[in-house]
Order: sequence, then structure tokens, then C-alpha cells
Amino acid sequence: MNKTWIVAQREFNSRVKKKTFLLSTILFPLLIFGFYALMIYFSVKGNDDLRIAIADRANVFNGKLESDKEVKFEFVNDTSRASLDQKVAKKEFSGYIFIPANYNPLSSDTMNVFYNKTIGMISQERIERRVNKLLEQKRLLALNITQTQLDSARRSSEVEFKPISGEKDKNKAGLSYAVGFISGFLIYIILFIYGTMVMRGVAEEKVTRIAEVIVSSVKPFQLMMGKIIGIGAVGLLQFIIWILLGTVTMAVIPLLTGGDASAAQNIPGGAGAMATAAQSGAGSAFMAVMDQINFALLLPCFLFYFLGGYLLYSSLFAAVGSAVNEDPQDAQSLILPITLPIIFGIVIMTKAVNDPTSNLAIFGSLFPLTSPVVMMARIAHGVPDGVSALELVLSMVFLVAGFLFTTWMAGKIYRTGILMYGKKPTWKEMWKWAFRNH
Amino acid sequence: MNILEVKHLKKYFATQKAVDDISFTLAEGSIFGMLGPNGAGKTTLIRMLTGITFPDEGEIIFNGRPLDPVKDIGLIGYMPEEKGLYKKMKIGEQALYLARLKGLGKLEAMERVREWFTRFEMQSWWNKKVEDLSKGMQQKLQFVTTVLHQPKLIILDEPLSGLDPVNADLIKREIFRLAKEGASVIFSTHRMKEVEEICDHIILVNKGHKVLDGTVKEIKQLYKQNLFSISVDNIPATINTSAFKVVKQEADQLLVKVQEGHIPNEVLQYFLAAGVNIHSFQEQLPSLHDIFIRVVEDTPTARQFEKITA
Repeated sequence: MNKTWIVAQREFNSRVKKKTFLLSTILFPLLIFGFYALMIYFSVKGNDDLRIAIADRANVFNGKLESDKEVKFEFVNDTSRASLDQKVAKKEFSGYIFIPANYNPLSSDTMNVFYNKTIGMISQERIERRVNKLLEQKRLLALNITQTQLDSARRSSEVEFKPISGEKDKNKAGLSYAVGFISGFLIYIILFIYGTMVMRGVAEEKVTRIAEVIVSSVKPFQLMMGKIIGIGAVGLLQFIIWILLGTVTMAVIPLLTGGDASAAQNIPGGAGAMATAAQSGAGSAFMAVMDQINFALLLPCFLFYFLGGYLLYSSLFAAVGSAVNEDPQDAQSLILPITLPIIFGIVIMTKAVNDPTSNLAIFGSLFPLTSPVVMMARIAHGVPDGVSALELVLSMVFLVAGFLFTTWMAGKIYRTGILMYGKKPTWKEMWKWAFRNH
Repeated sequence: MNILEVKHLKKYFATQKAVDDISFTLAEGSIFGMLGPNGAGKTTLIRMLTGITFPDEGEIIFNGRPLDPVKDIGLIGYMPEEKGLYKKMKIGEQALYLARLKGLGKLEAMERVREWFTRFEMQSWWNKKVEDLSKGMQQKLQFVTTVLHQPKLIILDEPLSGLDPVNADLIKREIFRLAKEGASVIFSTHRMKEVEEICDHIILVNKGHKVLDGTVKEIKQLYKQNLFSISVDNIPATINTSAFKVVKQEADQLLVKVQEGHIPNEVLQYFLAAGVNIHSFQEQLPSLHDIFIRVVEDTPTARQFEKITA
């Protein structure tokens, strides 16, 4: 045990003392968030400055089509398409709608938007919605129905979801969904990052032939466990840093907005007061929802499934690493059977956040190869609601049994593989290493 | 006392009898040469001696008791043929780490590392990384890490390959010194010259079997062909005797083979009787190199794969 500890210390120190450690620990989440922020920004933001000319010969719109930031409609008096074609060619407009004089809003005639440069999907939809809304009003008028009549007919009656027992918890489902999804996804990423880190470490030791020196001092199992524990500790440290960073930002943001609110109060008149009221209202609503998520349950469970899943998978990754030879491509084909269950886990997890008590979710959260990812999605919904206490305990027991089994099996494969040079072993051979008696 | 007794050791793999019934003993403080062509089973044998793998059959008695890898690991130092170190790790830290894995405490490890680094004039390397070292320097470092913990049994697989003569001599001197201080050394190599210089006792392994066992002197006697070289000032035109046969003739030197049932003195008597001046007379023992080749050539050099049912 003592030697396992020395190995773990080396694995930990050699990674944490590197200059790149702090940098990557802080840059990695920034990159991820930045990436998502960019993606959201670009998907929300459509094509700027689309100018659509409308030659309304039938006077359908009465010049009333509203423009907005992205799509500008301009009514023109051109009488033929040819002149409009020219204007588009000269880039005065991005496209035009030509409505012939004999156009009848009640007929199902198609309204054509002619364009030169391709108009993005989102912008197309915007134009279509705008035009349709106005046309609808025209049709209703033609049929002698007023807008108020239509509105009252269309008024949707509210459907409210209330559990039979206990009080209503609005908003909770949405937040549980988010928390469950994020924690499941985090565990999935962690399994991959640190699992492959273990695999590369083992393969490196084998390829540089230091493994033989080390196993003449420590038992192969100690070497493997030392590596797994050391890298796991790196992961944990990284996590603690992220959690601290997160809490600090969470603590700083209200301070900043609070400052804004007091600034708003200085604005004379009611506008400032209103702004403050709206802000504090939104803030307290957010806090109220946060209170409904049971973090006292969620955090320990997250740690448990993170560690359990990591121990289970990292030993498998270590076994694969020990089978790899000089050719790094060996790892590619050997790693597939290990990554498949993780990917299954994430697929089941996306179902489980929606429906935490479905059969698939129950299976996925009990089966040790998928439970670290899937169970988090269920726990986020709370213990009696999302997952029964019995299932939670069973899943934890299975996970512990699972990682005891995989480390035992991986240890046997590792012991043989780490000293075996030459050709890449087949799965059949590795199976033999794992289950023969020595 | 024998530090190591190996009795009927066997290790079979799926397609090869890697080690097939090998026994030998190693006296304390001796330097023991383990020779054999590539693939003879030396590495497999060594791995069993270091407790890395377990024999299928047979017994290893280390220090008077059956080898217990967990306990005895700290008394054995092993330098594998394929040298390996962590490329990105600082040299001082690496030596400390390997010493601590052998069971040394932090302070003791530090003291030993400093002592050896001074002895090998490696102090300035402390904060360098292994990837900055030349191959020969890496080998020196590897040797240091092998003997840091003062093992009773040191197993060196090709420790001198790739070293320049100066550094090779340095390592050789250390091997002699360690043996003098009581450590026993198993020295595995293909270079017969090194063996003749260093080893007291050798075994030759081929195809999983031990084919030779003895001191260098004994083995040479065993394989001697009764060849003598004699140099005289005037070689008689015709040599006619039943006592010996001329094998090779040069300007003033003859290589003669003493025939069965005769003794070397008869060669001298013949030339004395012929009335020529004798400058020198010397027995020509075969070199280990020749013996090695003779023994190994009787069998195909490349091992064939076979199906083992054990």
C-alpha cells in the first residue's frame, strides 16, 4: 500500500507541478464556455441588413409591413419585375416580393420572394412569419371577423401541473433537467478525459520500457492503482478549483448587479425604482428555485459517481494501455468496446432527464457501466420523485461491485500486457490473461 | 554461502518452452555471467529471479529462503536490457523516486542519490531531464538507480552496451567494487570479451536449456583442443613425428596440435632434438567467443515455434 502511495504521489506531482496545469485548468472551462457562447451567438444572430423590396401592386399590405433589426421591408412603386431585378443586381436590395395587381389574399396563390444572395434559414422564416401574419389579418377582414373575436376564440386556457401531495413547485422540472443534464454530461467528459489520461500514461510507461524497471520494485497492481489514484487526485483537484471558481463568480455577480441596482435608484422618477424592483424580483425567484434543488444530496452523489465511474473505467483504460505497443493506432481499435458503454450512458441520460422513472432510465442507472452518467440525471429530480432510495442504494452497491471487478480483471490483463512486446494482443488473448489462474 | 540457488526452473509459454529445467547456484560476492543467443530464455529467467513473473515449476532459493518477491524485492537490483526512464522527469527526482520504490526512506534515499551522483560526477545533472541526456549518460543513470539501494543481488542485462570505453571502465570498476563489498552480480551479455574480463563463473543458456556451467577456466579446459603455438628461429623443413601435427605455419611460428596420448613436453623435446632455438611456447586455449559459437552452432540459431502441451 505504501508503494502505491509513492507511485500515486509521483503521478500527481508530475502533472500538477507542470506549468501547463493551472493554465489548462482555468483555460479549459473558459474555452468550453466561450465555444458554447459563440455557438449560441451565431445561431441567434441572423443575417444582418436584409433589405426586402415590396412592390405591392394589389395593395395587400397597405404599406404596413413592419421592419425590424434584421429584415427591413421597403415599399416601392416599381411596376415590373425587370426593374426590381436590376435593383437587386445593383445590391440596393437583398431581394424583393412582387405582388401582381390581380393577387387575391383568399386564394392559395404562392407569394414569391426573389433573391440574389442566399437568404439564411432563420431570416427566411422571419420573412415568412411576418408576411403570413399580415396576410392572415387580411383574410380575416375579408371574412368579416375582427381581430378581437379571433383573439377571444384563440385564448388558451392554462394547464397547470400539480402533484397530488405537497405543494406545487413551478420551474423545478426545468432546473432539475438542466442540473441533471449538466452533471451527467460532466461525468461523461471526466470519464473520457481522465480515462484516456490513465491509458496514455500506462502506454508511455510500457513503450519507454520503464515498466520493467518499476515492476521489479513494486507489484504491477500497485503500479496500476498508484497511477489511477494519482490521476484521480489530479481530476479531483481540478474539480475543486472549478467549483471554487464557480462559487466565486456566483458570489461576485450579485454584488455587481446589486451595485447596478443602487445606481438605478439614483435615476430620478419611477423608472429607476421599477428597474430595481424587477431585478430583485428576478433574483429572489432564481434563489427560490435554486433552493428547491437539494445540493446536500446532489454534491455527495456527484462525487460518489464521479469517483466510482472513474475507478471503474480508468482500470479498463489502463488495461487497454498495457496492451498497446509502439503503434498508437493499436489503442484506437482496443478502446472502442470501452467507449461504447459510456456513449450508451449519455444516450440513456438524455432520455432519463426527461423521464427519470422510465424502465430504460432505471436500467441505465443500475447497470454499473452506465450508472455514473445516468444516475445523476435522476438524482437531480430529487430522491422520492426521480429515484427511490432503494434504487439509489442498489445502484451504488452495484457500482462498487463493478469497479472492484474491473480493477481485479484489469489488474490481471495489465500484469501480462505491460511486459509483453511484439504484436498487439487480440481480445481473446486479453480475455485469457484476465481469467487464467496464476 | 550461496546467495541464490535455482532448482529445476521451468516456464512454458503458449508456443515456447522459454525456460526448460534450468538449475544453477550463485556464490555470495561472485560475478556470474549468463550467456546465450537472442531468444535463449535469458530474459524470462531473469524476470523470474526478480519476482516479476512466477515459474511454472521449480524453486528459487534466495538468501537461504524461498524467494518472496514482496519482501526480497528491496534486496535485488535489476537493470533490464531495454533501458527505460521517465523522459520528462528531472534526473534527481527520478533517482529518488526509484530508490523510494525500493523501500528507502526519503532522507536515506536522498543521501544515497547524492553519494552516487558525486561518485559518477553527475551532480550537475540533478535538474536536467532524461530527454536532455545522451544514451550513454542515460545508461549511467540507469546503473546508479539499479544499485542505489545496496542490493545483495544485482542483475545487469547488457549494462555496457552503447558506452564509450571510459564510461564502460567506470561501470566495470563499480561492478568489481560492489562484488568486493559482498554483492553478487548476474551479468548477462552477448559480448564474450566482457565476460572473460569480468565474470568468475558463467552459464550458457540455449533454447531454454543450460548447456554450459563452470568457471571461465574450467570451460576453456573443457573445450581446449590441445593447441600450442611455438616460435623458433629456424623451422625444420620437414617435421615427422607422431606426437603432434602442424596445424598452421607462419614465418617463424607454428601452431601445433598435440595428438591423443601424448603430452606437450614432447613438442619441446622434438624441437630441442632438432637443434633449433626456441623463443616461446604457449598453450592456445579457445576464446569464449569460439566456444559460444561452437556450442550454439550445433543447434539452429533461430528458435522455432512449437506447440506446447503442458
